[in-house]
Amino acid sequence: MNELISLLQSPWPWWVSGPLIGLTVPLLLWLGNKSFGISSNLRHACAIMLPERSKPAFFRYDWRKERWNLMFGAGLLLGGFLAGWVFANPQPTALSAAATDSVRQLGLSVAPGLVPPELRDLTRPGVWVLLALSGLLVGFGTRYGGGCTSGHAITGLSTLQAPSLIATASFFGAGILSANFLLPWLLGALL
Amino acid sequence: MTAQNLNAEAGRASEAERSRSLTGDLAYLFAGLLFGLVLVKSEAASWYRIQEMFRFQSFHMYGLLGSAVLTGLLSTALLRRAGHTRAGEAVKVSAKDPGWRRYVFGGATFGLGWGLSGLCPGPIFVQLGAGIGGAAVVLLFALVGTYLYGVFKDRLPH
Repeated sequence: MNELISLLQSPWPWWVSGPLIGLTVPLLLWLGNKSFGISSNLRHACAIMLPERSKPAFFRYDWRKERWNLMFGAGLLLGGFLAGWVFANPQPTALSAAATDSVRQLGLSVAPGLVPPELRDLTRPGVWVLLALSGLLVGFGTRYGGGCTSGHAITGLSTLQAPSLIATASFFGAGILSANFLLPWLLGALL
Repeated sequence: MTAQNLNAEAGRASEAERSRSLTGDLAYLFAGLLFGLVLVKSEAASWYRIQEMFRFQSFHMYGLLGSAVLTGLLSTALLRRAGHTRAGEAVKVSAKDPGWRRYVFGGATFGLGWGLSGLCPGPIFVQLGAGIGGAAVVLLFALVGTYLYGVFKDRLPH
């Protein structure tokens, strides 16, 4: 029994989970010709919540036709609850030695869970500023760029689309700059 | 055919449609659940792994994304050539809009945000499900960001 539980809690190697992520593309095509992409749900959520009269034109469409994606998003919550809460891994992420050093240099600790404890502390105003800025950029950028990691890097590259290659190169490059330079500077200034 | 017959016919049709859309909804819910599980199990939803990736300190995330794209490429090509959808239709992959500006500028904006919290949209939902309050803050502001794009869309180069 304990062995079973620890099996359910332990992470999977990349060569098991990577192919499973890739199979999501044909799975959604098979289920109903749906193009896999998660960030569109942010647009649908806006279309649902904004009052009809003051809506920008971008949010005036029949979001009910996109219900499949909202269901997929609800599934993500459930999956996160099961794997990240019910069967949460009691061990910290098995980082490389170099990455462990980098995390400590940022003034953060390597602890069990998906996020360092320092960044989960919402009593710190600095954490709010960091997360709010990140959210604004992710929401604005994914809609401007027409997709996120799932829509461009997974679906778009899997179907050999040039725009997705451009988008992936751009968000990956910006992510490298952000994580290596912007984040250390912001953490130093905010925490 | 009498009006009554017609009504009964329509009733049956919409009932079949309703049950089809219900099983459809459940299928997508289940697909999302599996994908969410994999994002946790692969540690792609871990702040630590994303930082490690952006610092080139481990092969883990590169192996993950590389094998995902390779599997997606091969399996989608196979489905398009040999298969059809569940409903028996031809498989159609929707093409992204042409151009490059929106992909460069929008992609860069998203990347800056991704590097700060380690969260792209999938992991936002997954971490929220795992009870991490910070993900709710990111989600809230991501909705604000999406709204702002809707407001300024026509003034941006695409």
